[in-house]
Amino acid sequence: MINKKKKSSLFDGRIMKRALIDSFIKLNPLNQLRNPVMFVVEVGSILTSLLFVQSLFVPGAESPWFIFSISLWLWATVLFANFAEAMAEGRGKAQADALRGSRKDVNAKKLSEPKQDAGVTPVPSSQLRKGDYVLVEPGDIIPGDGEVVAGVASVNESAITGESAPVIRESGGDRSAVTGGTIVLSDWIIVQITANPGETFLDRMISMVEGAKRQKTPNEIALDILLAGMTIIFLFATATLLPFSMFSVAAAGQGNPATIVVLVSLLVCLIPTTIGGLLSAIGIAGMDRLIQANVIATSGRAVEAAGDVDVLLLDKTGTITLGNRQATAFIPAKGREINAVADTAQLASLADETPEGRSIVVLAKTEYGIRERDITSLGAKFIPFSAQTRMSGVDLNGRQIRKGAADAVAAFVTSKGGVFPADVTVTVDEVAREGATPLVVTDGKDVLGVIRLNDIVKGGIRERFAELRKMGISTVMITGDNPMTAAAVAAEAGVDDFLAQATPETKLALIRKHQAGGKLVAMTGDGTNDAPALAQADVAVAMNTGTQAAKEAGNMVDLDSNPTKLIEIVEIGKQLLMTRGTLATFSIANDVAKYFAILPAVFIATYPQMAVLNIMGLQTPQSAILSAVIFNAVIIIALIPLALRGVTYRPGGAGIVLRNNILIYGVGGLIVPFIGIKLIDMLVNFLHLV
Amino acid sequence: MTTNGIIQIILYLTVLGLLVKPLGSYMAKVYQGESLLITRVLGPVERLIYRLLGTRPEEEMSWKMYAVACLLFKFAFFILLFTLMRIQGILPLNPQNFPGVAPDLSFNTAVSFITNTNWQAYGGESTMSYLTQMSGLAVQNFVSAAQGMAVLVALIRGFSRRTTSTIGNFWVDLTRSFLYILLPLSLIMAIILVSQGVVQNLSPYKTVPLVQTINYDNPKMDANGKAVLTSDGKPVTEPAKATEQSLPLGPAASQIAIKQLGTNGGGFFNVNSAHPYENPTPFSNFLEMLAILLIPAALCYTFGRMIGDRRQGWALLAAMAVIFIPLLFFCYSSEQAANPFLSPLGIDQSGGNMEGKELRFGVANSALWATATTAASNGSVNAMHDSFSPLGGLAPMVLMQLGEVVFGGVGSGLYGLLAFALVAVFISGLMVGRTPEYLGKKIEAYEVKMAAIVILVPCCFVLLGTAIASVTADGIAGISNPGPHGFSQVLYAFSSMANNNGSAFAGLNANTMFYNTLGGIAMLFGRFWTMIPILAIAGSLASKKYVQPSAGTLPTHTPLFILFLASVVIIVGALTFFPTLGLGPIAEHLMLYK
Repeated sequence: MINKKKKSSLFDGRIMKRALIDSFIKLNPLNQLRNPVMFVVEVGSILTSLLFVQSLFVPGAESPWFIFSISLWLWATVLFANFAEAMAEGRGKAQADALRGSRKDVNAKKLSEPKQDAGVTPVPSSQLRKGDYVLVEPGDIIPGDGEVVAGVASVNESAITGESAPVIRESGGDRSAVTGGTIVLSDWIIVQITANPGETFLDRMISMVEGAKRQKTPNEIALDILLAGMTIIFLFATATLLPFSMFSVAAAGQGNPATIVVLVSLLVCLIPTTIGGLLSAIGIAGMDRLIQANVIATSGRAVEAAGDVDVLLLDKTGTITLGNRQATAFIPAKGREINAVADTAQLASLADETPEGRSIVVLAKTEYGIRERDITSLGAKFIPFSAQTRMSGVDLNGRQIRKGAADAVAAFVTSKGGVFPADVTVTVDEVAREGATPLVVTDGKDVLGVIRLNDIVKGGIRERFAELRKMGISTVMITGDNPMTAAAVAAEAGVDDFLAQATPETKLALIRKHQAGGKLVAMTGDGTNDAPALAQADVAVAMNTGTQAAKEAGNMVDLDSNPTKLIEIVEIGKQLLMTRGTLATFSIANDVAKYFAILPAVFIATYPQMAVLNIMGLQTPQSAILSAVIFNAVIIIALIPLALRGVTYRPGGAGIVLRNNILIYGVGGLIVPFIGIKLIDMLVNFLHLV
Repeated sequence: MTTNGIIQIILYLTVLGLLVKPLGSYMAKVYQGESLLITRVLGPVERLIYRLLGTRPEEEMSWKMYAVACLLFKFAFFILLFTLMRIQGILPLNPQNFPGVAPDLSFNTAVSFITNTNWQAYGGESTMSYLTQMSGLAVQNFVSAAQGMAVLVALIRGFSRRTTSTIGNFWVDLTRSFLYILLPLSLIMAIILVSQGVVQNLSPYKTVPLVQTINYDNPKMDANGKAVLTSDGKPVTEPAKATEQSLPLGPAASQIAIKQLGTNGGGFFNVNSAHPYENPTPFSNFLEMLAILLIPAALCYTFGRMIGDRRQGWALLAAMAVIFIPLLFFCYSSEQAANPFLSPLGIDQSGGNMEGKELRFGVANSALWATATTAASNGSVNAMHDSFSPLGGLAPMVLMQLGEVVFGGVGSGLYGLLAFALVAVFISGLMVGRTPEYLGKKIEAYEVKMAAIVILVPCCFVLLGTAIASVTADGIAGISNPGPHGFSQVLYAFSSMANNNGSAFAGLNANTMFYNTLGGIAMLFGRFWTMIPILAIAGSLASKKYVQPSAGTLPTHTPLFILFLASVVIIVGALTFFPTLGLGPIAEHLMLYK
């Protein structure tokens, strides 16, 4: 199961073992063809292996042992790159295996029509088709993706989300989608199947995490082209070195022309093998990091687009403000004491462990001095919130104390034979108009007053928005509130703009307006009425709790259904691009040191004066060349953790980020190989490897 | 380096810098079709040209149509120029009665002039008739330069336009470049040059008595024209006397003005601007040097003005300067240094390495000219680059190998640098975690592919040409020096041809079937396989929508980006050519100073 609490370690033993085997399977040249840089290395490995065999029978300019060593390390270079890719894939595969476990074939209770008392036929879930109706009762596994058409039930979705708290699924509204493989805990529902077997959300998720359907993203393709271009230039530069060295040997009258083994070594050292070898691992790992954050993207393209986002549309509730509002005032009904309202409201909320409930108790205590009481010593019975009553409260000495939405309480009062006071209705409307939420408190049929719940802006969100602004991303708050309330919350939260009294149409228009200005827009949504906007947005994250329509319109699904996740997704997208850019820079910067290692080694016999270019003081020409090749291979392994984790991302302006990355990976890439090759050369000579 | 030399260089750079803005802004106005005094005066001529060409100026072209027009235009001129050289013997304005030019040399020269290379495997005063010089070569100097500028303007439109499929009208861009920029500037410059003593006439060459008779030893030849040798293999000589000399004349000034301004570089006379009739005085020298970099530098400002953000133009100019100025002083200090072989002989070398340099210009002006002419793809010379010290010769070679993007050819230099800028933006864009954007346009796989071709093709042809020449008998036959310097001669030749520069290490005997053919191919690819992908980029960019910059967008006018762009240019060049430079000038230098 995907478990967000326990992140799997980067180097899990089982994954490593499987990756080791996979690195050899991936030696298949057809597999390597997708990556031109590594394909060239593999061809070089094969060529030097053949030269080694030849040298055993026909003595040439280089010793068989030297050719063997070079060949060995060239093969190692290919294997290391394969290993990086296999490691990145391995984590996905492990997760896919776990997900497959929940895709069991179950016996579904197929209904002839969407009624609970219709005839039930037991059918294996693999034979269900779109449009079929099934009945799901407590303890049953939901046999496939679908919409609830009747009933209400609590469902355990931990198989998909890793979250153990059950969720409510009911017909109609925005909580009607259910996912195959999840379990109904209480009550019953009738589900209309919306996906054929093999096309379900779980199936899509498995193929995504496995990387089976991974396609190269646009920036990856562009980088591939650039790397291929560089490979061609270096192919020319090393191939022409043979005629050049022949000419020079003839001109100087001493030395030998460069051998094929040496030229292949130089070529492999110069072409960008570091980034070439890690490129696909970086892409897979980026996707993997998203999965670790419990977000499933439908394509790598969407992840990359996330890094480019210019505008974030954020829903107010749950993202900018705490999803739970807090009590800020008690407003008595006509002829009632405010203290009585506070007292009753406190009683109704004593056993209510929701943040709203607790905030009512706190308000009663701090404003009206009503001390907290122990519900069991009072002998009260807690009536929890239920989907049907939409109220909660306590039964105490025959009193039925309830709080809830106005219409729910009105229905309750009427059922008791009471009358819902007109002035309370007015108060409720006023509170609602201010953008706050009214809860009505009643003691049996006597309506006492209204509790006002207000939005509370999340702690730290203001700083988060300032960071985003630095990254060049502007934030727009979307709310159904009236403009006055919206403006107040927007100012408090520090968003750049807001859209008040948002409707699906105004949301869609806002997205189109930003896109027309060449901006990329990201948003989250869950309701069916969000679907058009989700489909229009460049990065659209659907909440897993949302409707099927929303999930299909979006290009990502957040299993945690946490709207703040959007910011994290943007950072993962940026990190993915940055990792590619920095490792490409590092790879190319490395070439300078490799030239200084190999060139003097190749030409010292022809032009002895070239010894001054051996600034690293490498001991022999052979050890110099071998050391450069070894460094080139080992650096791939050394950088696997960086490729899988991604480079550290600190939000900041583009100029500062570029300066830091150039200093670390550009200048660092110039210096590191000088030290590395020197150390390897010392080791090679100490161990008498050449 | 001497104070005097440094002051001259600073003066040069200052005057150049001061002219960038007025000329750049004037050119922008010309291309944007703004009404100027000159356009009102010459407007009828412009419209007449359109009528003759059968084009309507408001008719826009897609990038493919633009490229086809470019290529057909050049092909027509190639045929014309090739034919003219072949049959010049029977045409008028040929007072020296030069015969038709050999087919391979005609091919090489025609290619050389249509590609703005002006590589010369011939000596002007001993090969070309006045008609060929005036109506063939000088015309190409104008149109090849105008074509480079037209392609640049098309690329600029790619950046400045939004979601459109057209990038302008080739004939309009060509005509305006020619009529309003190159022609008036050349006219002014030619008149000033004449005032300094540059010749401009149609007279036959003059024979004059020498002021001082010269006595020398002439090798004795047998009946078959072979040198007679003594028994120990030394040539037999006989004393000879020279009492008179032939002074070449001709319509030089008009051709020299455009050869300097249009980064052409093809001299009227064989020794180019080292010849006293081509470059007589220090003032003419200063003016000709200024003309080399004038338009390429000013076009940066034109670029900034046309895309509506002048800082971007200044940034590109700064990136050029960041590469150019250090190499200039590197060349100058190398030439100023004494030759260690001459020092023990007690020769005064305070004037620097004077071999192959004109006394009236000295080391500073020769080094400045050599770096300017190779930074811009001009290729004219006022000193013999073959005689430079190994590292002094390395500087011009490197400037060409960087792809002629440090100033570069008129138009072609800036569009080449813009290809590098796309690559720099791409890498740095990834490093800041955003799909790269340059000047509001997203840089994607297609642009990267085309930019890679622009950078790749000249590099490959330099390496390939040098490789073929260094292992084939025909190639080796042309080399006149042993050891690494011989290699440098070949490397310099192909660096020059594949990058459309045209200057040479003159020691190489390049007028052979082998070098004429291979060099001609290198010049064609170097010119057109950069031009076509650039037009493709222009077309692709023009069709894209504009992306508003935000704080997350990488600014491309900052010192950081300027340095990064310069580093990309240097790293690509250095990584490609480090081994060859090692076997040529660096090996030679190490042997000289062992």
